[in-house]
Amino acid sequence: MLLDVRNIERSGFFPLLGSTFVLFAGAMIALATQTSSQTQQSSASPPTAAIQTNPSTPIGQPGVTGAPPTAAGRTQGGGLTIVVLDPAHGGTDLGARGGGGMRESEIVLDFAGEVRRALEQQGFQVVQTRQGNDNPSFDDRSAMANAQRSAVFVTLHISSTGLPGTVRVYVNSDLPAVTDTNGFIPWDRAQAPFLALSRKYADLVQGMLAQRFKGSPDAAQTGTVRQLRTTAAPAIAVEVSSVTVNDRSDLDHMAAGVGDAIARGTVAFKSSYVIPNMPGALP
Amino acid sequence: MTERWKVWLITGLTAAVIAAAIYAPVLRRRMKRAARMQQQSEEQARRELTQPVPINPGDPRVKAKLFWLSDGDNSVVAPVIVELPLSQDAVLRSKQVLNTLLAGPVDAELRTLPPDAVLLAFYILPDGTAIADFSEALATSIPSGIASEQLAVDSMARTLEANVPQVKRLKILIHGQEVETLAGHVDLTGTFVVNTGAVSMATSPTAARAAD
Repeated sequence: MLLDVRNIERSGFFPLLGSTFVLFAGAMIALATQTSSQTQQSSASPPTAAIQTNPSTPIGQPGVTGAPPTAAGRTQGGGLTIVVLDPAHGGTDLGARGGGGMRESEIVLDFAGEVRRALEQQGFQVVQTRQGNDNPSFDDRSAMANAQRSAVFVTLHISSTGLPGTVRVYVNSDLPAVTDTNGFIPWDRAQAPFLALSRKYADLVQGMLAQRFKGSPDAAQTGTVRQLRTTAAPAIAVEVSSVTVNDRSDLDHMAAGVGDAIARGTVAFKSSYVIPNMPGALP
Repeated sequence: MTERWKVWLITGLTAAVIAAAIYAPVLRRRMKRAARMQQQSEEQARRELTQPVPINPGDPRVKAKLFWLSDGDNSVVAPVIVELPLSQDAVLRSKQVLNTLLAGPVDAELRTLPPDAVLLAFYILPDGTAIADFSEALATSIPSGIASEQLAVDSMARTLEANVPQVKRLKILIHGQEVETLAGHVDLTGTFVVNTGAVSMATSPTAARAAD
């Protein structure tokens, strides 16, 4: 269950509440969650079973829906089924540009095809933020991930600098702690509860990429990547170097390897994937 | 037209084509050079107009740490010690080090900021948040990408951290406006932690996003 609260203020539904909190909806969800938490705590069943028997629990969407923080209620392992794949840029936003008319927005779309194939072969369902030459906003792309349960988010980029033939994975830098006592997490900090998971996922994918693409770092980097900040799921940015290659085919040859590495990293992450149902309960 | 005139005409035309073929590349090179010189002089003029904070030779010379790309590893920034006469005033000092950063290192390959970017304004709020307003060239001329944009921010944040302890956070504006990203990737809607000692919630001195 997910509420997209970005346009609430504009729509006039809750003119007094500000753009980032929806108290009424949150209170209802908090009530439902509290009830399900109590059920989980009193149940002898493993957490997964408890959640399955309580479909009203906002699994995997902790901050956006506004569950109150508690230490209870985490589901571990096997829950990850969906990968939201984001070919960056598009439309009038061409991204990085190289010689011979190379455009990041076009190349990442081709890469996304390879990554998608590799992920589907591993049994994941893939949701793509764009299929053609359109340019959804950062928030629209995040919203596609935030609408999923049990998902991870991967945004694909091609750089205009860096050692050609290498790949770097980025995870968002620390975001300020969420202090709201109701447990609501503002949309613009949706990534905050997922940072530890994102770091783990990023390191796994970077490790796979480093094995395949020499010169790539062994560990993921941190950055203030705009796209990741509003995503309420483990989220990483993968940036391939670079559009400065002499021939587009040099990049094209990397696509299958990048796809395979991301797929294998996602499989490796699956076993440690935690579905938090409370903002305060994250590792 | 007689045969002789036709021969002369064809010969003349052929000679003109050959001369043009030889001269065209030379002309193109000269035009490129002229355009470059014009661009440089425009840049220089803009710098002179927008930088009312010249280095004052009377200021004490200190060894400033400026962060450009590392010579050995272009994926990180590294300090370079530059002896500069720096003001004791935090705002003037910040402008001086940022302008030196914009001017670039000796090796142009190691620069982190585009050469035509200009620091339009700089001030520090009472809570230690510095506001740096740059010309549009910072966003339009920087190589697009997470790595290059993050390095640009890192170089500014770490240079301020090393030389102006009063600055705790950095907010970057483009031509007086808040923008969503630097060039499509790095988030400019928040502030960047500069002084890690002063802001305990940050773990990275350069890349952490502080409270809005």
